[in-house]
This record gives sequence, structure tokens and C-alpha cells, in this order.
Amino acid sequence: MKKVYLDYAATTQVDIKVFMAMKPYFLQKFGNPSEPHFLGQQARRVVEEVRFKIADFLGAGSDEVIFTGCATESINLAHKGLVESLNSESKVKPHIITSSVEHKAVLETCRHLKNSVKAEVTYLPVDEFGRVKAEDVLNAIRPDTCLVSIMYVNNEVGTIQPIKEIGAIIKKANKDRLNSGLSRIFFHTDATQAIGHLDCNVDYLGVDLLSLTGHKFYAPKGVGVLYVRNETPMQRQQDGGGQEFGIRAGTENVPYIAGLGKAFELLKKRKEVTSRIEILQKKLITGVLKIPNTRLVGHPKERVPHIASFIIEGAEGESVVLYLSDKGIIASSGSACTSGIAGPSHVLTAMGVAPELSHGSVRFSIGKDTKEEDIDYLLKVLPDVVTKLRRMAPR
Amino acid sequence: MIKTDNLFNQLYSKKVMEHFKNPKNMGEIKDADGVATVGNPICGDVMKFYIKVGKKGGSEIISDVKFQTLGCGAAIATSSMITTLVKGQPLEKAEKVTKQVIAEALGGLPPVKMHCSVLADEGLKKAIKNYRQRNRKT
Repeated sequence: MKKVYLDYAATTQVDIKVFMAMKPYFLQKFGNPSEPHFLGQQARRVVEEVRFKIADFLGAGSDEVIFTGCATESINLAHKGLVESLNSESKVKPHIITSSVEHKAVLETCRHLKNSVKAEVTYLPVDEFGRVKAEDVLNAIRPDTCLVSIMYVNNEVGTIQPIKEIGAIIKKANKDRLNSGLSRIFFHTDATQAIGHLDCNVDYLGVDLLSLTGHKFYAPKGVGVLYVRNETPMQRQQDGGGQEFGIRAGTENVPYIAGLGKAFELLKKRKEVTSRIEILQKKLITGVLKIPNTRLVGHPKERVPHIASFIIEGAEGESVVLYLSDKGIIASSGSACTSGIAGPSHVLTAMGVAPELSHGSVRFSIGKDTKEEDIDYLLKVLPDVVTKLRRMAPR
Repeated sequence: MIKTDNLFNQLYSKKVMEHFKNPKNMGEIKDADGVATVGNPICGDVMKFYIKVGKKGGSEIISDVKFQTLGCGAAIATSSMITTLVKGQPLEKAEKVTKQVIAEALGGLPPVKMHCSVLADEGLKKAIKNYRQRNRKT
């Protein structure tokens, strides 16, 4: 059967070059990087080389790059680590500002911190395109605010958040706070969906903490990074040995780290890939919108090139995904039924999409190996699928 | 290699997928004897059932049944399945079809989907009720 993968925002295949870079660290160079013998030192070398590579990519110092297991772990560590560290320093309960369209990793971590009485949380609204207003961040800042956490790119709809603008606001606010004796605010961004296509330089963005994961850009699942700007208070969440500057205990996942390094190296060619994907996305959007009663969700301009989400009226998202899957097309839906939870997508709800419409959400995400024929095939199959489902529905 | 067929088998049984891909008794009955629409705003599923009632050996039976459904795979499969379970059956027996019966006939449903099948049995019961109400008036 024909196979067309249009779910790159969910995960990507491991690039063969990444796989080859990992292989020797499973089979021959398998030493523990904490050991002084030559096998251990071989492993240590690759871990530190990759750390340096990632630091270079982010415009950071290599002592600011922490290897983790995934973006969710990075996010948990960033939020809990900062808050708990501040809890131990002062009696004031820290205040977090985040948005209502964050990934569950952020929302659930914030909920945990609130429920365990460690922090207070403000959730900012978004506009109809899923965008946070930078001035809303400014207005939400309180004397006890310690952390602002806004995702770089929304995973469901692909809208890019004004991270640089928010970063500048926080920088200015921190200057004023220093003069009035208030503690500084730290800025975290979840860059999971941004890393392959957008500028992730931490100084350009003005962020103190940045989370990312490898499997969105052709590295394997199971390896992530947390960037921690120097002098950011950080209480480790996983206790044990002194690995990762004492911030994340546990033997380094050497082969996966080696693979992650290769994936970052391959990102050097991303401009080429990005511009190719942009063209494909345009074709995809134009084609899907030819189906009556469909609309694109997310920002019309401030969007990443690899994600395109739609509302298809009169067809339920999971059903669309399943019928497409039957034709070999792999896509995804934010509808309640696919995500395994009752209730419509929190992102679409925050954007003001009515529940009866958000059930018809379908996301297509493209990647480096997507071909024009793949989009052609989708545009050939999708109208029939939609017609079939609409015919089935009561009028 | 990604085997798309296997992707959803973890979610849905083979039987569910059969009924989802090729639903039985889908459509409408223009001169139906009983009609009912049920909907679940949380899940977003809407189902409409049409029945035709006939006589067989002194008891009233469902001589024809059709459905229209807007919803997820489980909503469509359970709608389809209940129509095959009740077609030709006496009304009293058709009314007794529970969500568990539908789920079992489909080879099981993921727990999170069970509320979808509650809809199908509700929908059919309501269509029978609608038939009875119409008959009382005449």
C-alpha cells in the first residue's frame, strides 16, 4: 500500500546519518562517560562534543546545555526546578505566567505546582489565531512573578508566538525590578516545534530556559535538552550522581546524545529544507481549502512551514484520520476522540472555536522527505473521504 | 516501515474497523415509523435512527432500520452494529440491547469510547419510543 507520512509534528523518522552516528556507541564505544579509562573517555568525548555543538546552535555556553530524556522532562525540570529553588530561598510563593495553549507538559506541570501549593499560575488568553499578546504578559506581571513560560510554536495549529517581543518586555521589566528591589523574572520557552525551522538563539529570543526534543528533527525519541542560562536557580528533580552539572542525575544516554549531535549538524541545511516545505505547505493549504466548508486554523502569516491544521465541517476528525489511514495517509487530529480525553482540544477552545467545529479538526505536518506527489495524493483522496463522511452524517 | 493498518488496531478491534469502513444500514428511511436524534455535546457525536415497524407472528418487529451518524470511529461502528443486532427483532427485544451488548458484538471498545455506544442504544430506544408515541395518537 502507498504510504504518505504527514505527521512530522508528532514525530519523525531517524535520519540514516543519525542512526549511523549512534551505532558505534551501542556496540563498541559503550563506555560510561564517568569512568577515567579510555573507553569511558571515548564516550565522554562525544557527549561533550555534542554539548558544544548544541550550545553553538543556541548561542549559549556549553555549561548551559543539560541533556534530558525528552522535552516533557526538560519542561518539568525547568518549571519545578526553578520554583522549588525559589521556594527554598524565600517565603514568597512564586507566580508563573503561562498561556492557555501550551502543551500538556507545561499545563500539567503548572497544575502540579499550584496543587502542591508551591506556586500560583496565571493563564493568558490567545486571539482567534492562537497568539498570545506580548502586552498581556506585561500586564500580568506581579511583584511575586518569577517565571514566564510561553511556547515558541503551538503544536496543534502551528502559530508562532512573539517570543522575542516577550523576551524584550521581560528584560525591561527586570531592569525596573532590580531598581525597586524585586527579584528577577525568568523566561522559559518550549521550542519543541520550532527547532527545525526558526531562529533558536537564546539571546535573540531573550530566554533563560529553553526545552527541546530530538525526535521532531530526525533524532530518536528519548533524548532532549534543557538550556539553562547561567545563574538561573535550579533544584534538580532527579537525584543521584553528579552528572549534567549536578542538575540531572543518571548515566548519560551516550548513543542518543551522539545521534542528537548529528541531527543538529544536519540542521545546518535547514534553510533549504524550510523553503521547500513552505512551497509544499502553500500547495497543501490551497488544495484543502478547495473542499467546501473547510477552514485553516492558526495564524495566516505567523506560522511555521511544517504544520497546517484545518476544521472540516460535518466530518469528525478521528473518522477523517482513520479513513485517510486506510488509504495510506498518516495525519493527526486534535479531536477529543483521538486524544483519548473527553472534551474538545484546549487549544481550539482557547482560540474561540465552537466545540461542534473543533471536533472536525485535522492536522497535516510535513517534513524533509515530503514530496510534491505526496501532497497531490492527499488532495486526491481527502475530498472523497470528506464527502463519504458528510453523506453519513444526519442533516 | 510504518504499517498504517496496525496503527489503529491497538485502538479499535478488527470488527469495529469493519463496521467503520463499511457501515451497515447507513442512510435514511423517508417514510419511517419512528425517528430519533441523540447527541453528545462533549464528544461531538450526533446520531439519527430511523425504524420501520412490521408484524410477525403477533408481535411488532423492526422490519427495517437505518442510521446517520456524525462522529468518531466508535460512534459510526456502534451505530452500524446496533442496526444489524435489532433488524428483524421484536421491539421488546430491540429495546433491551445495552451498550455492553453492542461493545461485545464489536469485539470490545476502548474504555474511553464507551460513552459513544451509550448513544447508539439510547438512539434506538428513542426511535422505538417515538414510534409508540405516534401510534398512541392515531
